[in-house]
Amino acid sequence: MEKRVVFRHAWLPYLLLLPQLAITLVFFIWPASQALYQSVLRQDPFGLRTAFVGLQNFERLFSDPTYLNSFQVTVVFSLAVAALSMGAALLFAVMADRVIRGAMAYKTLLIWPYAVAPAVAGVLWWLLFNPTIGFMAAVLDRLGYDWNHFVDGGDALLLVILASAWKQISYNFLFFLAGLQAIPRSLIEAAAIDGAGPARRFWTIVFPLLSPTTFFLLVVNVVYAFFDTFGVIHATTSGGPGQATTILVYKVFSDGFIGLNLGSSAAQSVVLMSIVIALTVIQFRYIERRVHY
Amino acid sequence: MVENRPLVTYLSHGILLAGILVVAFPLWMAFVASTYPPEAFNTGVLPLWPGDHFWENYSTALSAGLQAAGGVPVGLMMLNSTVMALAIAIGKIAISLLSAYAVVYFRFPGRMLCFWTIFVTLMLPVEVRILPTFEVVADLGMLNSYAGLSIPLIASATATFLFRQFFLTVPDELVEAARIDGAGPLRFFKDVLMPLSRTNIAALFVILFIYGWNQYLWPLLITTEESFYTVVMGIQRMVAVPDSEPQWHVVMATAILAMIPPVFVVIAMQRLFVRGLVETEK
Amino acid sequence: MAEIGFAGVKKSYGDTRVIHGIDMQIADGEFVVIVGPSGCGKSTLLRMVAGLETITEGEISIGGRVVNGLEPKDRDIAMVFQNYALYPHMSVYENMAYGLKIAKMSKAEIEQRVQAAAGMLELGHLLQRKPRQLSGGQRQRVAMGRAIVRDPSTFLFDEPLSNLDAKLRVQMRLEIKQLQRRLGTTSLYVTHDQVEAMTLADRLIVMNAGVAEQIDTPMAIYERPASQFVAGFIGSPAMNFLPAEISGDGRRLSLTHGLDLRSQGLDLGNLGGRTVRVGVRPEHLRLVDTAEAELHLLVRLVETLGADLLAHGHLVPAEGAPSEAAEEIVTVRLPGVARVREGDTLTLRAAEDSLHLFDPETGKRLADV
Repeated sequence: MEKRVVFRHAWLPYLLLLPQLAITLVFFIWPASQALYQSVLRQDPFGLRTAFVGLQNFERLFSDPTYLNSFQVTVVFSLAVAALSMGAALLFAVMADRVIRGAMAYKTLLIWPYAVAPAVAGVLWWLLFNPTIGFMAAVLDRLGYDWNHFVDGGDALLLVILASAWKQISYNFLFFLAGLQAIPRSLIEAAAIDGAGPARRFWTIVFPLLSPTTFFLLVVNVVYAFFDTFGVIHATTSGGPGQATTILVYKVFSDGFIGLNLGSSAAQSVVLMSIVIALTVIQFRYIERRVHY
Repeated sequence: MVENRPLVTYLSHGILLAGILVVAFPLWMAFVASTYPPEAFNTGVLPLWPGDHFWENYSTALSAGLQAAGGVPVGLMMLNSTVMALAIAIGKIAISLLSAYAVVYFRFPGRMLCFWTIFVTLMLPVEVRILPTFEVVADLGMLNSYAGLSIPLIASATATFLFRQFFLTVPDELVEAARIDGAGPLRFFKDVLMPLSRTNIAALFVILFIYGWNQYLWPLLITTEESFYTVVMGIQRMVAVPDSEPQWHVVMATAILAMIPPVFVVIAMQRLFVRGLVETEK
Repeated sequence: MAEIGFAGVKKSYGDTRVIHGIDMQIADGEFVVIVGPSGCGKSTLLRMVAGLETITEGEISIGGRVVNGLEPKDRDIAMVFQNYALYPHMSVYENMAYGLKIAKMSKAEIEQRVQAAAGMLELGHLLQRKPRQLSGGQRQRVAMGRAIVRDPSTFLFDEPLSNLDAKLRVQMRLEIKQLQRRLGTTSLYVTHDQVEAMTLADRLIVMNAGVAEQIDTPMAIYERPASQFVAGFIGSPAMNFLPAEISGDGRRLSLTHGLDLRSQGLDLGNLGGRTVRVGVRPEHLRLVDTAEAELHLLVRLVETLGADLLAHGHLVPAEGAPSEAAEEIVTVRLPGVARVREGDTLTLRAAEDSLHLFDPETGKRLADV
């Protein structure tokens, strides 16, 4: 899409772009290229010598079982967060779309968790599942399950999944609701006249028409789970116990800032960047397509 | 809905109420925890009903903070958060408006290069390139400063993209009419485009304020002086006490305080918020 | 004085030429309408006059001054847009005053001009409203007002009535015409609606694919269309076209299906032996006795419009089966009182000088008979 009419000016556009370009170059492009550069270097442990090692950092990375494990954790974590929060959000959105009375109130009461910082969300759920004082841990104990996310990797992963999914429900809910409200009433009415009941209408009419929204949200949720959940994990489990909740972005941080393994951290950054770029390209195409409607 | 089935309607209300309960329960428990004295956390499971230490805990948090976490009053942390969130929101909006205007309303050599340089940043969240970005900020001497907290975060392309999309929907005839009326580029920007963007700016402000307020990793890295702690990262400092249970009563009071401004913004400006969210599409 | 001159004006986008060379003079105070189908280049031409499009080749002058390099604001023009292009956040008053304010006119002068224009357009009570609080017709008037307050030497109209409903369009058409007569401002008006074009224009430019097919007064164009395109575009319902041949001696004009037209006194010697297209307007076909008839129309469909009646059908031989009907649909306009039903066969004759002959290859007019 382009404007038909534009202004002509020799230097004004550059002046207008200057602030954003300057910040982009200094804080985005330069660091990103540094990451690329460092990913092909290796420093000795004292930081005295640096050598060019080509793709060795990447080779090491992909033969490192902890990294591969982190990959696996990330995939499980992201899919679980996406499935859980999108499922719940879709259910609530369909219900909120149905009811007439109180729809606004329901909406208000369902969207506020969006405003909660991931780190705070993590702490809230930690309290809830705290093995000694947490309400949910007590309930589980009553049911015969000994919850302890400090010891049990599965419990820890579940905790961060719940906290991350909880925070994301609002976002998904709003988009699903908007998607549902964009479906023409007449289609639903036509289906009803054709004799389709509510459940059948949902699966044969509503859900297929909602698929662009669903696809879009899937990408957004995966991106969210990949990166924005850093706070949830760092504030609660710190990647542990063991490596049970070390997702990729957490590993970049811990290897770089705690392990001080610059080459490996940079290589991990590069891998992550490729993943983000792939996801963004998918998302970008989607947005561009929508805009052309 | 199409047909009137009371049972289905009741079921819908039931599910929604259950949903609200699930969504609100962690918050409620946090509030409950923030109203008990420290001893209450040694004696087993937390009750479901608030205690009587509301004022004590909140005033401790606001004015003194936690000794174990450096003793930074939450009041100061919230002030820092506010400064950071406002700087990020306003800064992003300002530079994005200008650059989107340049990209949409001008043709000049290197335009596509500028466009892509900016939009590449869409793809690079700070978490991904954290180490080199940290080094740059350290080299520039911006650690422990409001500038360091906010400037590296104001150059995301999201806002630029939103304004670009919006500008593209402004009818061409308005520019033509303005040109015939004799308005130059800056005049058109000030007199026509800015007023038309008002709701978009407001909606974006809500989203960006929350984004800025909720920043976590970045302030965690670049603030080593307690006086620059923000409240969201401060909570982590409070819970990450080695070898002992966190001081839940103050931690939770802090968590509640940390949530109040962004949640208030979301609820008070719900319409703008929803609009900003749906239009930025992140 | 503001005559507008076009000298060899061409426009290309990259390698695509969209305007192939326009030459004409518009006199001071004249109302000229550019009409043509969408994509014919009519809006581009207007926008080149306005200064919103660059001129690839040739010159445009306004009031004797070449304006190729001038900014729109320096051309002493005002423009009314199809979608009005009112600034949505400004009141009616501010919309009209904006250009004057930029020109640094004094407050009192602006006030006086806006009030005068508002009075002329009956907008006085709406000055504090925002555009979205106005009806389509009122917005149209504000757009006109914004043009008038500038007191320009030339008005440019870009399909200003297309967004209005039919009734309002007729009313606004009259108002625009009256206003232009009163102000005496040279006007260039673009439309795709041939009724609007016919009723408004002192002179008409019919454009097709970047070429001015004909420039003349509306009646001249109606009566002597220069090409088959113009003939088909101007007039409603559209002219009927039938394939025909002229005999070698130029004395007979025969339709492909064996009917002869103009059997007496025909002399088309110079065109002898050619294949042509015969054009005849629906309103020029008259009901006559069988003896005088040139055409026999088997009516397939009748549309009653009240005052008039349109009969659509196929030509058939004078005697014989309807199965030999020609493919072309021919339309006839008859007085509303005529009793015509579907299935009737009408005996018709074209009025004198109402048959237009066109070259089937080039579409150019060859002769009228």
